Amino acid sequence: MSSVIEARPAVRAVPVVSLNRAARSAGRVAGAVLTRTVAIGLLAAVWEIFPRLGLVDATFLPPLSEVLTAWWDLLVSGQLWSHTEASLVRSAAGFGLAIVIAVPLGLLIGWYSPVANLLNPLLEVFRNTAALAILPVFVLILGLGETSKISIILYGCTWPILLNTVSGVRTVDPLLIKSARSLGLGPVRLFQKVVLPAAVPTIFTGIRLAGAASILILIAAEMVGAKAGLGYLINYAQYNFAVPDMYAGIITISAIGLLVNQLLIATERRFSTWRTN
Amino acid sequence: MTAKIVFENVGKTFRARGKTVTALQDINLEVRDGEFLVIVGPSGCGKSTLLDLLGGLSELSSGRILVDGRPVTGPGLDRGIVFQQYALLPWRTAQGNIEFGLEAKGVGRRERAAKAREYLDLVGLAGFHDRYPHELSGGMKQRVAIARSLAFDPDVLLMDEPFAALDAQTRDGLHDELLRIWEKTGKTIVFITHGIEEAVYLGQRVAVLTSRPGRIKEVVDVPIDARPATEDLRSDPEFTRYRHEIWTLLRDEVDRARNEELKVHV
Repeated sequence: MSSVIEARPAVRAVPVVSLNRAARSAGRVAGAVLTRTVAIGLLAAVWEIFPRLGLVDATFLPPLSEVLTAWWDLLVSGQLWSHTEASLVRSAAGFGLAIVIAVPLGLLIGWYSPVANLLNPLLEVFRNTAALAILPVFVLILGLGETSKISIILYGCTWPILLNTVSGVRTVDPLLIKSARSLGLGPVRLFQKVVLPAAVPTIFTGIRLAGAASILILIAAEMVGAKAGLGYLINYAQYNFAVPDMYAGIITISAIGLLVNQLLIATERRFSTWRTN
Repeated sequence: MTAKIVFENVGKTFRARGKTVTALQDINLEVRDGEFLVIVGPSGCGKSTLLDLLGGLSELSSGRILVDGRPVTGPGLDRGIVFQQYALLPWRTAQGNIEFGLEAKGVGRRERAAKAREYLDLVGLAGFHDRYPHELSGGMKQRVAIARSLAFDPDVLLMDEPFAALDAQTRDGLHDELLRIWEKTGKTIVFITHGIEEAVYLGQRVAVLTSRPGRIKEVVDVPIDARPATEDLRSDPEFTRYRHEIWTLLRDEVDRARNEELKVHV
């Protein structure tokens, strides 16, 4: 059994007790912030200093300040936003469609175990085939337009959601089902009141994984014959030897990835507060 | 008193690894209205199977079970089951869990909330309505489970080793609590356990099952009055005598069950 008392955050308002203690807790906060930023700060410093000292070729790795200047110029000119917008629309469309399709499908497959047993080997094959390996197929069939890009993201996002939903439904505590049956609940209400809520945290884990996948696949898809998007920006800048622009695109992508992941983790946590492991 | 529950030649067989296993055979037993009956038996004798059959959760292989003269064909809200592992919905609060049974019965929202509070109060958990199961101790969880089963007002309460997972002090406390609730509500209780003391402490009658295949070996009357009022009932000479009687009945069965088990494993 897990303990009843949840761990409290280390930072707490201490009004009266003593200045000494307040100072110590402030010190602790500062320490925590330092621990979390020191590695990134170090990377930024290396990125700035090494090209300037000539330790690496500044043509291929310009100092960070130059990259940031290029980033700012792209932002001001509106180019960065138009590329980001193009990328986010594709990502969101593929990701959203994947949720709409995979969650209901997963619920269905998980609930009818003969269907699950039948389809599981197939699902495993598809899941373990890297989405990017199939990208040329999508381009071949759907052309170079938006359809193929959204489709490949849809494809990549579907598997984590589908498999997690199936396993979420299938791993519901049998005792809860037995207990609900003893109350005379029919299959529909059993599903609605027991199976679905029990599966929600597992489904959200799948959605979080799919969110991360949507960004990863997006960039690769955009590097293959696109006219806009961050992947295109990175690739295009490299061809034209606009190296600082290339790095600006990379930084943007990694910031978006971080943001999306944090957002999804927060959402996932909200839906699984009752789950304590 | 009239018979509330009647077991008539009840038998249950399973197919396991190509072999047919007889879990229960020729069970004949009557439970009176408002009675506290304990069924005790060695582990693996089919006690829980018997309760599943009575709860309508699995099908009889032979015979029939009557509740109020009507044969059991499936689960129903006239029988409430309390499981050893609580079976509380972890995403619902204590109150939400109690309301779960009332939802199944189709009770309106406002009445559900009122009923849930009332039964939380009955099991001594007033003020804990907004706690989630993971915030409650084992004993508290089982109180919530008992409240849930009582709240939709079944005639019969079926309890499958409900206190087996709890520590001794919590268990002793809950014994008195359960007797108090039983006296207050007048429910018919069928309680399953492998503990002899627990059986004597709680049961007006104790049915002793044989080891597999489970059969009724004997039904012992335990006419001890006013149990919770008796101080340290467990040291009472009368209590000791009943305990010994049932211990003697069970000893052979436990030995037999152990030998069977050894034979299977060697």
